[in-house]
This record gives sequence, structure tokens and C-alpha cells, in this order.
Amino acid sequence: MGDIFTTISTFLIGLLTGLGVDPLLAHIIVAFLGAFLIANFVLLILIVNIWLERKVIGRMQDRIGPNRVGPWGIFQTIADLTKLVSKEIIIPSGADLVPFMAAPIVAVASVILVWAVMPLAKTAIGTDLNIGVLYMVAVSSLGIMSILLAGWSSNNKYALLGAFRAVAMLVSYEVPMILTLMVPVLLSGSMQMGKIVSDQQIWYGFSMPVAALIFYIALTAEIGRSPFDLLEAESEIVAGYHIEYSGFAFAIFYAAEWAHAFTVSALMAALFFGGWQGPFAETIPTLGIVYFMGKTFLIYFMSMWLRATLPRVRIDHTMSFCWKFLIPMSLILITLVVLVDKLAALAIGESYLDTTTMLAMTPRSLALLAVNLVTGAFAVWWIGVMGRRERERLAALEIKHVVIETSAAGQQAK
Amino acid sequence: MSEWTFVALLAVISVALPAVPIVAGRLLGPRKPNKEKNATYECGVETVGDTWVQFKVQYYVFALVFLVFDIEVIFLYPWAVAYNQLTLFGVFAGIVFIVTLAEALVYAWRKGALEWV
Amino acid sequence: MAFTPVTFVFLLMSAFALGGSLGVVINRNLIHAAMFLMLALFGMAGLFILLEASFLAAVQILVYIGAISVLITITIMVTRRIMGTTESVNKQWPLAAIVAAMIAGTLGFVLLGRFQNVEPVGAVPDTYIAEMGKALVSHQGYLLPFEVASVLLLAALIGSIVVARE
Repeated sequence: MGDIFTTISTFLIGLLTGLGVDPLLAHIIVAFLGAFLIANFVLLILIVNIWLERKVIGRMQDRIGPNRVGPWGIFQTIADLTKLVSKEIIIPSGADLVPFMAAPIVAVASVILVWAVMPLAKTAIGTDLNIGVLYMVAVSSLGIMSILLAGWSSNNKYALLGAFRAVAMLVSYEVPMILTLMVPVLLSGSMQMGKIVSDQQIWYGFSMPVAALIFYIALTAEIGRSPFDLLEAESEIVAGYHIEYSGFAFAIFYAAEWAHAFTVSALMAALFFGGWQGPFAETIPTLGIVYFMGKTFLIYFMSMWLRATLPRVRIDHTMSFCWKFLIPMSLILITLVVLVDKLAALAIGESYLDTTTMLAMTPRSLALLAVNLVTGAFAVWWIGVMGRRERERLAALEIKHVVIETSAAGQQAK
Repeated sequence: MSEWTFVALLAVISVALPAVPIVAGRLLGPRKPNKEKNATYECGVETVGDTWVQFKVQYYVFALVFLVFDIEVIFLYPWAVAYNQLTLFGVFAGIVFIVTLAEALVYAWRKGALEWV
Repeated sequence: MAFTPVTFVFLLMSAFALGGSLGVVINRNLIHAAMFLMLALFGMAGLFILLEASFLAAVQILVYIGAISVLITITIMVTRRIMGTTESVNKQWPLAAIVAAMIAGTLGFVLLGRFQNVEPVGAVPDTYIAEMGKALVSHQGYLLPFEVASVLLLAALIGSIVVARE
């Protein structure tokens, strides 16, 4: 029972070839089953996630959350989705049918396709593409197109406006995401997700905390969750680009968003927190997926916590935070890391790049940690400076305002 | 069997999986189009004017700056993959590349292209 | 010629690329044309994968479909009234048709003549991305084009910001 993945796949292939099926076709059938399983898993786990989120946020807000439908309300999500499915898909007048229907499908497809390269355990990965990381980024960028299509084809001013704002924000936060995503690639020397995870005897989140933080913030903005959920806040632009969607099409957008949140937590766990690494995960691969799911849920809990706690950030603040803080910070971080790491490697020699044991990786991790702390201190100082400058600017505006008001009042009194 | 077979299979499944219920819904579900229901939503009021959005240069500029940075990162990824085997000179070459693009960012910042109007 | 699954995928991707390009040129509705453009680019990415250039395929999807198509679509959406259709066919279409046929004939003749008895140059090594990275910063490699590319991107950004502020 140590390695259920290989056991099951060899059993199935043996079964099929025993029945006289061509071995290549048997492999393809088993791959198809694996793909089907992963796609269904991603879509079904969101039933658990939605319930979990509602309960957890409810408790954080000192209330109980859903508890009527089933014990502890566990069937609440199923009830909601059943209701959504039974409603009519209203096509607004003047809407363009093909992009209208294609948009939710592309949104979901772009999320599920990321799982093709997700390393679930030492021997369980859909396909260990040698451009794994780049593939992942490329596929998530397909989701941006789906938002534009949805906004446009709804034939609604507000949907279009919401779509533009959404695309502007998503596209801006994609830059720090791909910049800090370069960090695990730098450290492992490969874009293969499997290799990045198996190289993490010391998790990259420990040796590069600032990079992990920037990556996490960029991801939170990419999935449009609090505190960056301006795009679909009810009080702001009523549901944004999916105003005109109802019934099952809306359910698919909803599902795509939650699946994306889960996928992003899994990515964070795989790239910066060791994925399936853990005690005995090398020898007993089945434990690997347990660790991986555990870490993913922990990170997902963090994101729920942030959602329950932080207020929403205004759109212009969101954009200036990205372009004027996150991107310069990522560029500075990468430059410093690359320089210091190469100098240290030249100074210490061959053993610097060894990734076989935790002890072997310590000198490198310490060097990188030092660079990160320096950059982090600089970032904190810089954001203090920018904040002070902004406060002074606003104070100056207020003084002008008060002066104008008093002079107007003075003139009126005459 | 190449490494992309799984991706192709997953792509087919991920498009088919949501598409099947949509098609089923269209065929089996209630379909009562009604002028009121199909009208465009505008917070309960009737739509005024064409569906047209005021052209804000900002949307275009953000997408453009993103495009430049996207291409920069594309160049940097092979450099990052080869990083462990590079000499110090190679590292400096990459840093020069990054600095040139940081200049681009500073230019855009100073010219106010990164403001959200 | 054996009809393997690879042949089937090649035909499918070529159909996407050719059909998509045709759709871009023929379509009256600009948004539909943009969607066909994305289909054509997707077909190109598929062809790159078949040629074992997976890095290029990912770059194609990331940059072309993820950034350039978005840019084009935004431009179309803000400069056209919604669901607008383009004007009718240009008056000079007979002359254009003759020129297009001549160009197509010349290109076809050259391409078909050139691609007899071609052999692949060699197998693609597993570490090709690392090799590419090393080549990008080596003297005998592509160091100068690499740095010039960064200056070009800088110039492009400056130019577009200047133009956009007009």
C-alpha cells in the first residue's frame, strides 16, 4: 500500500493488455482515466471548499454559518448548486451567443488544465512537462480572455466596464506573479514541477520568504479574492462582468472562481512549501498526497482568514500597489538574489548547489534568507516613505480645501 | 506516447465536462424568453443609449506595459533555468537586461502612465 | 503515408491555424474575427508542440493569446460601437485578387520546390532550455541580440507611452 498510484496504474494496464488491448492504447486509456479523475476532483472538491469557507468565515465573524441543510450544513452547497442548475439560462437581448457560452467554459478549462502538471506525490503527476511552470502561466492567462468575452457578449455597459477593470487588474498582477515564479525556477535550475518539488529538502518558503509573500499577494489578486475582490463586490459594480449570466452558466463561473482559489493554494504549496515533501514521503509515496493536500488546505485557510479580516482595497490603490511597490520589489529581489547567490556559489564551490539533504542545502538557504531579509527591510522602509508622502499630499489637499471653504464662507458673510 | 498526451486528454475533458450540462440545460430546461427578462440589466432602470464605454487610455496603457514585461520575463526564463551553470559574466548580462527594463518601468512611472484615472 | 494519431493531430492543428486565419480575414464582425485569431494562434502553438518546441508553444500562448490578443480585443472594443459590422468590400477587389493570386503562386512554387527530401537536423536534447539560457548570455551565442532586445523593448514602451498621451 506504499505506492497506490503505481500499483493501480500497473494493475489497470496489466488488465487491459491481458484483454488483448494494444499496450499503447492501454496507456492512453489509463491516462484518460487519470485526467478524468483529476478534472472531477477539482470540480467536486469545491463543494467541500464552499461549505468550509462559509463555516470558517462565519465562526470568525462570531456566527455559526449554514447549519440547516444536513448535519452542520454540509449539504448546503449541493442545495445551492441544485437550485442554480434548475434555473433558466437567460440570454440577454442583443447578446452574441458564441462568446457568451464559450466564456464560462474557457474559464473552467483554464483552471483544470493547470492540474496537468501539479505534482501530487512522488510518483503521481499528470505529466512532468519540461516547461511545467511556463505551461501553467500560459494556461492561466487563457482565463483573462474569457473575462473579456463574457463582458463583451453580455451587451451590457456595466458588464463591459467590469470586464475592462478586471482585465486591467489581472494583467497588472500577472507581472509580479511571473517574476517571483522565476525564483523556484532559479533555485532548482529547471521548469519541471516534479523537480522543483523534489529539490525542496528545505522549503523555498523558508529560504525566500519575501518572494513567497509577493507571490502569494499576486495570486490572491489574480483570483479576485479579498482584499482585492473589487471586481465583483455587490456594492461596487454589482457582479461585474457576469451580471447577465444566470442558471448553469453562472454556476460554471462560480465554480471556476472557487476552483481557481483552490488551485492557487495548491500551487503555493507545491512551489514554495515543498508540495508532497514531508517525513517518509520519499519512501511511501501515498503519504505524499496527504501532505500535499494538508498544506494546500492550510494555505486555503490562510486565504479564508484574510478574506474575513481585511477590508477591500480601492482600485487605484490596488494598481499603484502593484506597479509601484510589488514589481520594483520583485525586480530588486531577483537582482540581489541572483548576484549574491552566484558570488556565494563561486566562493563556496561545488557543495553549494547540492540538494540531496537538508544539511547540504543550509548554506544556500541561509544566504538567500539574508538577502530576503535585507530586501524585506528595504521594502518596509520604502512603503513607509511612500505612505508618508501620500498622507502629506492628502493633508495638503485638505488644507487647500479648508482655505477655499473659509474664503468662500468669508465672502458669503460680507 | 509523448508528454503532451495527458494535456490533450485533460483539455478535451475540461471542455466537455462543463459543456455537457450546459447543452443538457438548453435542451431540457425551461425556456421562456420574455421581453422583460431579456432586457439588459441596468440597476432596474431602462438602458439609455448605446452599449458603449468611454475610452480610457488607461486600460490600453496597462495592457501595453504588461505586454513589455511579459516579453521580458519570457527572455529571462531560459536564463533562470541555466542559472546554476552560468558564470558570473552570464549573471551580469541578465542583470543588465533586468536593469534596462527597470528603466522602462521608471520612465512609465514618472510619465504618469501608471496612474489610474 | 501512414495515418497515425500524430497525423491526425497535425491535421487538426493545421485546420485551426488555416481556418482561424481565414476566419479573421473574412469575418464581418470584428469580435468574431478576434476570436478566430485566437483559434489560429492556438493552432500555431499546437504545431510548435508537434515540432517538439514546447517552449515556443508556451510562449505563443502566453504572449500572443494572453497579452497581444487581449490588447487587440480591448482596442476593438473601445473603438467600435457594440456589435458593429465593418463596411462593405473595397472597390478595388479584382486587382487585389490578381496580386494575391500571384503572391500565393510564387510562395507555393518556392516552398514546394524547397521541401523535397528534408531530414531533421537532429534530436531535441532534454536540456534544451538550459542550453538556450546559456546561449543567450554567451559571447559566441546570442548575447548582443539579448541585450539589444531589452533596449528595443525599452524603446517600444517609451514610444507607445508617448503616442498614448497624445
